[in-house]
Amino acid sequence: MADVLKKVPVREQEAKVRATNFEEVCYGYDKEEAMEEAVRCLNCKNAKCIQGCPVAIDIPGFISKVKEGDIEGAYKVIGESSALPAICGRVCPQESQCECKCIRGIKGEPVSIGKLERFVADYALEHDIKPQKAEKTNGHKVAVIGSGPSGLTCAGDLAKMGYDVTVFEALHELGGVLVYGIPEFRLPKEKVVKKEIEKVKELGVKFETNVVIGKSTTIDQLMEEEKFEAVFIGSGAGLPMFMGIPGETANGVFSANEYLTRSNLMKAFDDSYDTPIAAGRKVAVVGGGNVAMDAARTALRLGAEVHIVYRRSEAELPARVEEVHHAMEEGIIFNLLTNPKEILVDENGWVCGMRVIKMELGEPDASGRRRPVEIPGSEYEIELDTVIMSLGTSPNPLIASTTKGLETNRRKCIVAEEENGQTTKACVYAGGDAVTGAATVILAMGAGKAGAKGIHELLSNK
Amino acid sequence: MYKILKAENPADKIYLMDVEAPRIARHCEPGQFVIVKMDEKGERIPLTICDYDKEAGTITIVFQTVGASTEKMAGLKAGDSFRDFTGPLGCPSDFIHEDIESLKNKKMLFVGGGVGAAPVYPQIKWLHEHGVDVDVIVGSKTKDMLILEDEMKAVAGNYYSCTDDGTYGHAGMVTTKIEKLVEEGNKYDVCVAIGPMIMMKFVCLLTKKLGIPTIVSMNPIMVDGTGMCGACRLHVGEDIKFACVDGPEFDGHLVNFDEAMKRQQMYKTQEGRALLKLREGDTHHGGCGNCGGDN
Repeated sequence: MADVLKKVPVREQEAKVRATNFEEVCYGYDKEEAMEEAVRCLNCKNAKCIQGCPVAIDIPGFISKVKEGDIEGAYKVIGESSALPAICGRVCPQESQCECKCIRGIKGEPVSIGKLERFVADYALEHDIKPQKAEKTNGHKVAVIGSGPSGLTCAGDLAKMGYDVTVFEALHELGGVLVYGIPEFRLPKEKVVKKEIEKVKELGVKFETNVVIGKSTTIDQLMEEEKFEAVFIGSGAGLPMFMGIPGETANGVFSANEYLTRSNLMKAFDDSYDTPIAAGRKVAVVGGGNVAMDAARTALRLGAEVHIVYRRSEAELPARVEEVHHAMEEGIIFNLLTNPKEILVDENGWVCGMRVIKMELGEPDASGRRRPVEIPGSEYEIELDTVIMSLGTSPNPLIASTTKGLETNRRKCIVAEEENGQTTKACVYAGGDAVTGAATVILAMGAGKAGAKGIHELLSNK
Repeated sequence: MYKILKAENPADKIYLMDVEAPRIARHCEPGQFVIVKMDEKGERIPLTICDYDKEAGTITIVFQTVGASTEKMAGLKAGDSFRDFTGPLGCPSDFIHEDIESLKNKKMLFVGGGVGAAPVYPQIKWLHEHGVDVDVIVGSKTKDMLILEDEMKAVAGNYYSCTDDGTYGHAGMVTTKIEKLVEEGNKYDVCVAIGPMIMMKFVCLLTKKLGIPTIVSMNPIMVDGTGMCGACRLHVGEDIKFACVDGPEFDGHLVNFDEAMKRQQMYKTQEGRALLKLREGDTHHGGCGNCGGDN
């Protein structure tokens, strides 16, 4: 008999093997395992887990369908709230969302909500279960800028309500960070992302790739010339930051965005694709977020020895616990409480090392986090051939600077109402990282939903 | 898909194509570029816009074969298509925002080197259409590599060509021609130089000495071309700029060319690729165009 206090364990690829390939690390549940885990759900009346989910999925509702073995029914319940369950089940930080509110978690492990959602969604992808389409269209034209999680969610929700939606994407593939940022071993592109986007297409959403709003056309022109009645901006936060230390323009120094884009979007890890990548033999990734873990684990799979260089301690790492755990298992070396001072460059203009300084945690600052302080005289050098800067990203100013009357704040984020996405410009809504700065996939989806609601309120009264 | 309507080979290793891309044609201005991706497995390559027809909805691109991807692209014919074609990218040339009357009072010199003649063309054409005629120098290695001569002559004030080997026009580099024009008493308020980085560097060294403000169009390695990766970053004075969004045109007297040239070698040149392979050892991985990706 299984221990009800513990999650049904999920099968994973062994650390030693997976460190050498780009296959998905976690295999997920099969139907038996999912049904066994579903039994652990107490089906609370006033379910706290729902409050922890940014898109408020009826979690006990779908889990009770799984209990009965009605997976198609479970998919329909999730579909009422989420357009991208196969993705969220994989990449949401459940430990700080739905699962941290689960009653089971008080005296044991919470119900494995993310893995159950993922199982249901994968089942629907495998069995080609179609999402519910709008019965008829209402003829209102809406443009969505960006095909990342917020744009896809907003487009999907509007299409379900009968709107004529076109999504404009600057890159050549759809999905935003889901295709260029999150690696294959965490989120398979062909098997999951493409299929999930196919489902949004099946709802009637049109997609146009290679359109850079602000360059190929502008929001004002979309509204005036192409007669879109409302616009949702989900353009994300894709602009990488650098430290401003000496040596940052040397060969072998990358932004995590460049390194990951080459590997994920351009498939540089696959020899049959034309885009090259300078993999490196000894790599330092500067930063401690999910993007840093993704870049580090990618470099490891390309054959390098990899160090994470982070100025705070393990407890402050902003990355998901599961990702940090996976990275450690795979052999990533963590140089914590360490901060770069200078990148050392050889006579050919290539990285040859990094001068770093040790840090200690000082008094908590205004945000409550203990501020890292340099320890005088503790500088030393590490020998390296590649440095990946993963210090965060900010919104690209292109859209705001080419749209009349669209206000941004001092962090270059678009100003928008949280509850309906309304910006300072009439008929223009926004959500996701473009509004909040770099955050999570599920928060972007929540903002996409709110934007769809806002646009529906605007146009249904017209 | 973006259909190729015309494909020509106007000079040795240089290819010119008209591509159907109405959105780009409608919005593009001199100084901007496009990124093309030939097929599913291709890389994203930044290319010069050489001309555009807003009514026909076409963009003319010009490129030189320098590696595996451009060699493959050179094989495309009229009727074939590019899988992806994005733009217009980068900022338009500054002069399009200037007052036309004050432009007419300026004496401008445009210098194009090799395939760099192509991005010069839409700029002087735009100026000509607005009643501004400028001096143009086009340099190439030999007569066979000279492009767009008739087109240039039709829109330039004074047009000069020069070849390194003296097979046509003035014998020698573009810099000797600039020096000569200045010696002959020509005074220039601004110089625009576009071509290989080494040429732009030497033009800038000269014009700095001559006191002529100079604008260059930088061509570093790019991936997305929309500002999200920083592959194209370079030093302009003390600042780090992304060529794809802040440029590609910059004050040439502030650009750190030596650094930019080193960065360009990373994947682009044989030496760069060989160095890369040596440094990476057994982690060397694919797409370098040098080893076939199998070791």
